[in-house]
Amino acid sequence: MGVNIQICNVKKTYKNKIILDDCSYSFHENKTYLIYGPNGSGKTTLLRILALLEKPDDGDVAYFFKNFRLKKNLDLYRRITYVQTNVVAFNGTVYENISYGLKIRNFSKKEIENRVNNILHLFNLYEKANEDAKLLSSGEIRKLGLARAFVLQPEVLFLDEPTNNLDEKNLELIKNIIIEYKKNNGCIIVIATLDISFFENFSDEILTLKEGKLIKL
Amino acid sequence: MEFIIDSLKEAIKLIVKLDREFLEIVLLSLKISGVALIISIIVGLPFTFFLYYKDFFLKRVIIILINTFLGIPTVVVGLFLFLILSRSGPLGFLGLLYTPYAIIVAQFFLSLPYIISITFSSLEKLDKEILIAYKTLGANTLQIFLSLLKEVRYGVLTAICSGFGRIISEIGAVLIVGGNIAHYTRVMTTAIALEIDKGNFILALALGLILLAITFVVNLFLYFLHKNMKK
Repeated sequence: MGVNIQICNVKKTYKNKIILDDCSYSFHENKTYLIYGPNGSGKTTLLRILALLEKPDDGDVAYFFKNFRLKKNLDLYRRITYVQTNVVAFNGTVYENISYGLKIRNFSKKEIENRVNNILHLFNLYEKANEDAKLLSSGEIRKLGLARAFVLQPEVLFLDEPTNNLDEKNLELIKNIIIEYKKNNGCIIVIATLDISFFENFSDEILTLKEGKLIKL
Repeated sequence: MEFIIDSLKEAIKLIVKLDREFLEIVLLSLKISGVALIISIIVGLPFTFFLYYKDFFLKRVIIILINTFLGIPTVVVGLFLFLILSRSGPLGFLGLLYTPYAIIVAQFFLSLPYIISITFSSLEKLDKEILIAYKTLGANTLQIFLSLLKEVRYGVLTAICSGFGRIISEIGAVLIVGGNIAHYTRVMTTAIALEIDKGNFILALALGLILLAITFVVNLFLYFLHKNMKK
């Protein structure tokens, strides 16, 4: 059993412009949600609020486990991972970048090695393991960002435009990784995208943002 | 010209012989500046990361003020500290004036703006999204601080070197609050000034050469650092 998320009357305004207006919804375990909308519709803001990286101006974001509301502390934050639209590579090698989240969680060296090597193979990044992460191509940096998140095996995964900068071959690869991950982990996956057609086959619910309102399609 | 060459020869002899007075002054200078620098790093780095991490009212004003302090004349810092630490000043009861501690305080205030300003400008060059990346991968505040430190390590080293360069060669504040007391608060710069007054150019030159060597080593280190950064 995993966590569930409930947002209630969430509002967010930037420079007097309403980005999110009274958004309420429940996100349940073992489901994939697609948030679709044009640029500037508030997808990233919604994802960041859901991922507890930003606070709403008004309203509530709550995480539940077995009907108990979870406290917003480091334990909860470590069950959630958000992959940005523009992935930032850290100083260091690809291997060091991917192992970052595991290291700060004090995983053993052996466990880190196992998990990172698996992920490197999965994302076809094995050959690049010892390369400087900052020198990767934009498509590879995108894969690095996803690999950094998947290696942590989060219970809730937010993906902001995960297919940006990827070619056809890598698009298929990422799609398969997401499908497999959901199947094996029963987690919540929320994907913000401009490209509805690519994900609609494997998403359980499709939502859209229209003038700040969250609407189920 | 002959006089200069002879004095230089004698000065080098003094350095090679490791003259007791000369060595004492050099070591005291390094000790005082080292302690002041370490305190500046301990105070300055967390403060800089706080400045970068948090958005708050007056943040820009603080940054402008710190940048202003980069160029403040050292005698002005000395004067203010003298007024504060003198017997009739608010901290006069501490009895710090004319002690090595007073010099440490002065050098701390002189190096702190360098640590903060140079580190902050390195942090500002980072993509601000890096903070979101650390947070979402589960880093706590200390881990974010250490990760950022790794990210801007060259900038931090540049800041430390610049801060050290500033205080090791400084005379104004050290003279005012230290008093240039032999075997107690006499550092390289104040000793040079005194020895010139006394007409003892040999010790002054020996100390000058050491000061020059230290500044050269610091700059050499900075050069290789920047070369590495560009790679």
